Order: sequence, then structure tokens, then C-alpha cells
Amino acid sequence: MKEPNAAFPPNLRYSKEHEWVRVEGSVGIVGITHYAQSELGDVVFVDLPEKGRALTAGQELGTIESVKAVSEVYAPLSGEVLEANESLRDHPEKVNADPYGEGWLIRLKVADTSELEKLLTAEGYQSHVEEGGH
Amino acid sequence: MQPEGPGLRKTPLNETFHKSGAKMVDFAGWEMPVQFGSVIEEHLAVRTRAGLFDVSHMGEIRVEGPSALALLQRVTPNNVAALSVGQAHYTALLTSRATFVDDILIYRRAPDRFLLCVNASNTEKDFRYVSEHAGEGARVENASAEYAQLALQGPRAADILARVAGRAVLEITNYHFFEGKLRGGEAIFSRTGYTGEDGFEIYLDPREAAGFWSDLMTAGKEDDLRPCGLGARDTLRLEARMPLYGNDIDETVTPLEAGLGFMVRLEKGDFMGANVLKKQKAEGVTRKLMGFELTGRGIPRHGYPLRVRGKEAGAVTSGTFAPYLKKSIGLGYVPVEAARIGEELEVVIRGGAVPGRIVKTPFYKRPS
Repeated sequence: MKEPNAAFPPNLRYSKEHEWVRVEGSVGIVGITHYAQSELGDVVFVDLPEKGRALTAGQELGTIESVKAVSEVYAPLSGEVLEANESLRDHPEKVNADPYGEGWLIRLKVADTSELEKLLTAEGYQSHVEEGGH
Repeated sequence: MQPEGPGLRKTPLNETFHKSGAKMVDFAGWEMPVQFGSVIEEHLAVRTRAGLFDVSHMGEIRVEGPSALALLQRVTPNNVAALSVGQAHYTALLTSRATFVDDILIYRRAPDRFLLCVNASNTEKDFRYVSEHAGEGARVENASAEYAQLALQGPRAADILARVAGRAVLEITNYHFFEGKLRGGEAIFSRTGYTGEDGFEIYLDPREAAGFWSDLMTAGKEDDLRPCGLGARDTLRLEARMPLYGNDIDETVTPLEAGLGFMVRLEKGDFMGANVLKKQKAEGVTRKLMGFELTGRGIPRHGYPLRVRGKEAGAVTSGTFAPYLKKSIGLGYVPVEAARIGEELEVVIRGGAVPGRIVKTPFYKRPS
């Protein structure tokens, strides 16, 4: 076992594309990882889906832009968008400052919790990042 | 600079940057720092205090001899004869169609000795181009390997440089330079830059570059001098509406179309592209490089389609989120009938049209 690491919280599941999800009952909260925000640099623009939109796991859910780069964000799980984090419209820098907290992107009504099994654990994701993250 | 060897070229600061954890990227075949920490912080450091850039990838071409002046008068649109010794100007190398081979600085070091500072990606091309036009009495040399170049930019730059290189640098006025000693080697101190701020570009012996970098960083500590990467260099130059070769200007556009008419001196006599420029001046250009800001949400990027009066009108040539102005800005070529301040346009971002309008440039002008 590796030591717990603040960059890879153990209570989350991760995609290889650097999104995280935390499931509470039937609701999933989605964001991008610490590694993803640090690779992107200063986030200056976040484009998120409308409430009610149905997403399939792996589908593009929005876009995050830093000064130098445009990056697509993909849905780690299938489900319907319950809420997008509207505060990121005026404060996109929260994605850098607190990617696992105030920098969350959307809340999702999870369609099928068994999809969680396909995602990485914190340990698996940390290894993925250490291998280059691709 | 122009070191040999396979793979990416490296400046003398390469090792320093790797040790400091800078994020390195491939730029025009060079391994260069894109950012040391946050691009926004580096940008703001230059606007409010000072930033230090390694720009050793830039090329230097020496043009000397009794017909050096005539040669440069021939290949550039600005009036080289008007330069005094110790003065520099912004100009271009032009094709016979008056389009940009490159945009460059010319330094006049003596009546018949000049140094051209050229873009890294164009160094070889420029060298061949100037050489091809050189007749007897003009020596053209690619001197890129003899020079490293650091840019110290920002309102605190002059004071910081004076601590390291002596107070004489404070006497250098805008677009002037002097040659002096630095750490025992020859150096050129030029009051120029690519950020829209006051500052200096210092050309020096590559062997002294790492030492000079560290001297400046130490001397700049009290002003919170920041090392800056090419990321901030790009956002700074765009706020100041300075064109980037390959994005905003290239071999398809002329200085008049690019809004760089100040470098075109038709009265100086014949030069490459003069006839085309004369005609454009008389009849007017059909398109013009204009600055715009977005009023809708989004960030314009190089290559995104631009729509003016409902019609596709080329593409964004440069675009960014402007860290100091805190808005989305860009440049693009617009049909001349729509090229006026206040004109509305749209940038197509991921399939959606985001509204904006043409604004006065430079987007940012430093307080005088």
C-alpha cells in the first residue's frame, strides 16, 4: 500500500482522462484531478453542460481552458446533469485552488453505479499518473 | 544562439531551468521554458514590477561593409539611413510582393556595421535571403551562435539592470543601445522589448548567460523579479498588439495590411515590394489586421473562424485571455469596409458563434 496522498484522495474514483467522481447515494460529483489542473495551469474559462442533459460515460461534458490550452472534460459515469458549478463562471481559478472541493464541475444523477467498477482507485490512478498519465 | 547536435536545441540556461522545475516545451526547434509557475503571475509581474526572459533562441545576423546600408535599404521597408549609430528600429524583410519574410530589429553599430535580430524559426531563411541580395561590399554572417539574449522587462527593469551592469544603462533611451562589457565579455544593452513595458534586451556571450541570469535574479530580489516563460511573453505581446510571425504576419500579408504602416518609408527610394506598397497606399488595402474583444463568453484562439457582417472573414490570427485586462482579446484580418472601431463580429468557438467587437489597439498601453 502507498501512503495516502492529498493529490489522490482515497474516497474518489478516477478516469484515465483525469476526472474524479465521488458517489453519494445516487448522486455523483465530478471534477478534474489535482494532476490535471496542474498540467493545465491557470484556468481562465470553464464551459459546463445545462441541467438535465443526459451524459454517457466517456462523452464530452464540457471544456476547461487555461491561458495556453484548451482541454475537454469527459463524463466518468453515465447520468443526468443535476447541477453545474455556476460559481466557476466568475471564479474559474477555483479549479486550480481546490480541484477536489470548491472546484467541482457537475453533480450527476448516476444511471448505473456498476460503471464505478470500471474507474480507477486512488492507488491505480496514482500509478497511471506516475507512468506519464497518458 | 545556434548550438549543434541532434534533437532540440538548448540555450545556455537550459540546465538552470531544468533544475528550477520550469515547464519546458519545443518552440521552433528549441527546448524553451513556457512557464516557471503561473503564466498569469508572470504576466502581472512584468506589468507591475519586472520579469526576466531567456530569448537566446532569437537569431542574430551581422551585415557589414561599405554597401551594408544599401543592402539593408533594399531588403527592408524602413529607412535605415535615418538610424544613428547606437539606434535601432523595428522593420521587416520583405518579398517582392511586399509580404513578410520576417519581422526584425536592425541595430546600427557603426555607419557601415549592422546587427539584425530575427525570429528563431526564420534565422536560416533570413540569412539566405539577405545573403542572396548581398553584392560586393557587404558581408552577411549568421552570428546566432555568438549571442545569448536575455530580456529584462517591466517598470523596475532599469533599476535592476543598473545594479548589475552600472548606472550608465539608465541613460539609454527607447530603441537605443550601447555596447559595453559584462562579466568580462562584450555585450549589447538595448532598450527594447516584446511586452509593451519599459525594459532591456541584452545580447551577450553565451558562456556568461547563466551567470548574468543569476546576477539579475539576485539583484532583482527586492523588486520580486520573476523568471518568465514564453507563455507570458505571448500574452504580454498580444496585449500590446505586437504581431507574432507565423500567426499574425507571414509571407501572405503586407505591412500595410498588418497595420504596421509606420515601418513603410516609400520616400526613401526603391526597395523590395515598394511597388506593391505604393499601389496599396494609393488604392487602399482590402483587409486589415484589427484587434477585437469578446463580449460573449469564450476565449478566441489562433485559427478559430471569424465572422463579420454574417460572412466568414478569415480566422483569428492570435487570441488569448488577457491576464492584465482580464478579458478575451484577439487579432484577425477583417475586410476593410468592416475594419472600424465598434464593428461587431463573431468568433466561432467549438461550433458556436460568440459575439465580440473591434476595439482600439494596443489593448494595453503602459502609463507614460
